Amino acid sequence: MKIAVCLKQVPSTDTRVKVSADGKRLDPAGVTQVINPYDEYALEEALRLKEAQGGEVVACSVGGAGVVSALRNALAIGADSAVLLKTEGEPDSLGVARLLAAELAGQGYDLVLFGKQAVDDDAAQVPAMVAELMQLPCATVAVKLEIAGGRATAAREIEGGVETVEMALPAVVAAQKGLNEPRYASLKGIMAAKKKPIAEKAVAAPAPVVETVTLTLPPARPAGRIVGEGAAAVPDLVRALREEAKVL
Amino acid sequence: MSLLVFVEQRDGQIKSTSLEAVSAARQLADAGAGGEVVAVIAGRGTASPESLGAHGADRVLVADHDLFARYQAEGYTAAVAAAHAQVKAAAILFAASAMGRDLAPRVAARLGAGLASDCTALAWEGGALIATRPVYAGKAIQKVRIAAPPALASLRPRAFAAVEHRPGAAAKVEKLDLAFAAAEARSLVVEVGAAQGGKVDLTEAEAIVSGGRGLRGPEHFHLVEELAAALGASVGASRAVVDAGWRPHSEQVGQTGKTVSPKLYVAIGISGAIQHLAGMTSAKCIVAVNKDPEAPIFKIADYGIVGDALEVVPALTAAVRAAKANA
Repeated sequence: MKIAVCLKQVPSTDTRVKVSADGKRLDPAGVTQVINPYDEYALEEALRLKEAQGGEVVACSVGGAGVVSALRNALAIGADSAVLLKTEGEPDSLGVARLLAAELAGQGYDLVLFGKQAVDDDAAQVPAMVAELMQLPCATVAVKLEIAGGRATAAREIEGGVETVEMALPAVVAAQKGLNEPRYASLKGIMAAKKKPIAEKAVAAPAPVVETVTLTLPPARPAGRIVGEGAAAVPDLVRALREEAKVL
Repeated sequence: MSLLVFVEQRDGQIKSTSLEAVSAARQLADAGAGGEVVAVIAGRGTASPESLGAHGADRVLVADHDLFARYQAEGYTAAVAAAHAQVKAAAILFAASAMGRDLAPRVAARLGAGLASDCTALAWEGGALIATRPVYAGKAIQKVRIAAPPALASLRPRAFAAVEHRPGAAAKVEKLDLAFAAAEARSLVVEVGAAQGGKVDLTEAEAIVSGGRGLRGPEHFHLVEELAAALGASVGASRAVVDAGWRPHSEQVGQTGKTVSPKLYVAIGISGAIQHLAGMTSAKCIVAVNKDPEAPIFKIADYGIVGDALEVVPALTAAVRAAKANA
C-alpha cells in the first residue's frame, strides 16, 4: 500500500495566543511549532498499516521552509520519505487542498490520511476538499479504520454515536483522537531520519478566497466568586444558580 | 440574490441545528444579503419540510432519493450544487454538525468557493460575508471576509438562536431536479450506532458536568454522572482523565476534544489547563469545584467551591435534586 499522510505544522496546544502587530495573525514569537496533534494519529495509522500489509508512507506538507522540521519529525517517527510543497504565500484551505490534490494525483496512492482538523485554524476543511478534488471517497473524524480486499471501513464520530462508512480504495480518511495511540520517535528513528529524503517543491499558492480581516482575543469573562469551602457552601451555590444565574 | 441553507435530517426528522441555520439565513437576508431564503433537504421522505417557513425559509427544495435516507457525501454534494445552480445563491449556510462539517468542504471544493467553518456570528457588509469564528479552540477570534459568491459558512451548534421569524408560516415545497446515479456514490454509510442511553452530544448539550483528576480514580466518576443526571446534563471529561483511560475520548472537552458552549458548565476536580479552558470558556455560566484555591479554573468560573470533589459533589447532587423537586 502506498499511503500519503498530510501534515500541518501548528503552534503547540499549550500556546498562549498573542496577536501580531498587523492584528490578523498569531504572533509567532516564542511559539513552539509541532505536528498537528490529530495528524499524529494519521501518521500512526499509516505506519501500522504499512507494518501489517507492507508498503510505503510519504509525509506531505504545505508551507514555508520552517515546516521541514515537522516533516523531519515525521520521518523520525517512521515515514519513509517526505514532500514539502514550499510556498511563501498564505493559501486558504481550498488553496492548500488544490496544492495537495495536484501533488497526490496520479502518484498511485491507495490511501490519503489527514488529521480531522488542525488545532490552529480549526477549519477541518482540507481532507474533504482534497477528496472532492481528487474524486475520491472520504471518511472524516474516523475513530476506527479497517483496510481489507481493496476496501476501507471506517467508523466516524457523529453526534452521540458513530456511523460506519464503507468505500473502495483509493480513499481519503481524516483521523480523530482515539483512532490509535501514536508512538514517539525513537533515537534510532531520529538518526535514520537524517538520511531519509525530503523533496522540496516550490509551488505558487492560489490566491485566497477567504481573507482574514482581524484576529482578536476573546473578551475576558467577568470575575466570578468563590462561594465558600466544602459541602457547607452547597446551599449558597444552589441559591446563586437559581436566583442569580437562573440556570436551575 | 438568494441565500441557500442546507437542512439536515436524521431518520427523516429535521435537526434543530438546521433551524438555527435557517433563522440565521433569514436574518442575513433581511440585513441585505438577499431576498429569498431557500432551504435544500437531501433525504427520503423527510417530515414536514414546509414547517421551515416558520424559521424564515421562503422555499424548500427537496431532493428525495433512495440513497439519501442516510448521509451520502457525493449525493448530498450534488444536491446542494444543483440547488445552487438553480438559485444562484449569494451564500450557502450549513450547521457545523458532524454532517455539515463533512459536507460543506466538499461543496466548497466543487463550487470553488470560500468556506468559513464553525462560525459564531455572521454579517453582510459591502456585498461580502463577514464571518466570526473561534480559532485555537477559542483562544482567539478570527473575522474572515468572503467576497466571491457563493460565500459558504457552517454555523456552530447553539451559537445562533432558532427563531420563529414567521410563526406558523409554511414554506413552498418543490422537488429538486437531480440526476444522481447510484454508481456516483463512492461511499456508503452502512450502520449508524447511537451512543448508549440516547445521550445528548456535548456540542449540543444545554448543560455539562465534567470531571478531572480531582476525582482521584475512575471508580469515583459515578459522582459526576449522578450530578449530571440530576441537572439533566451531559457528561464531559478533562484530557488528563481521557488520556489515563478513565473516560472515552468522545467526552473530552478542550483543544483536542470538543469545544462546547452550554448554558451551564460544571467543572469537577479540573484545574483548568489552557487547552481545557479554550474548549469551554464560552459557556454562559461556569461552576468549579476544586481543592486548590489557586487553580486556574477559578479565574474563569462564575461560582466556585473550594473543596474535595468526593465530599462536595454528593451534597451538590442532593441539593440540586431537592431544588428541582421544589421547582
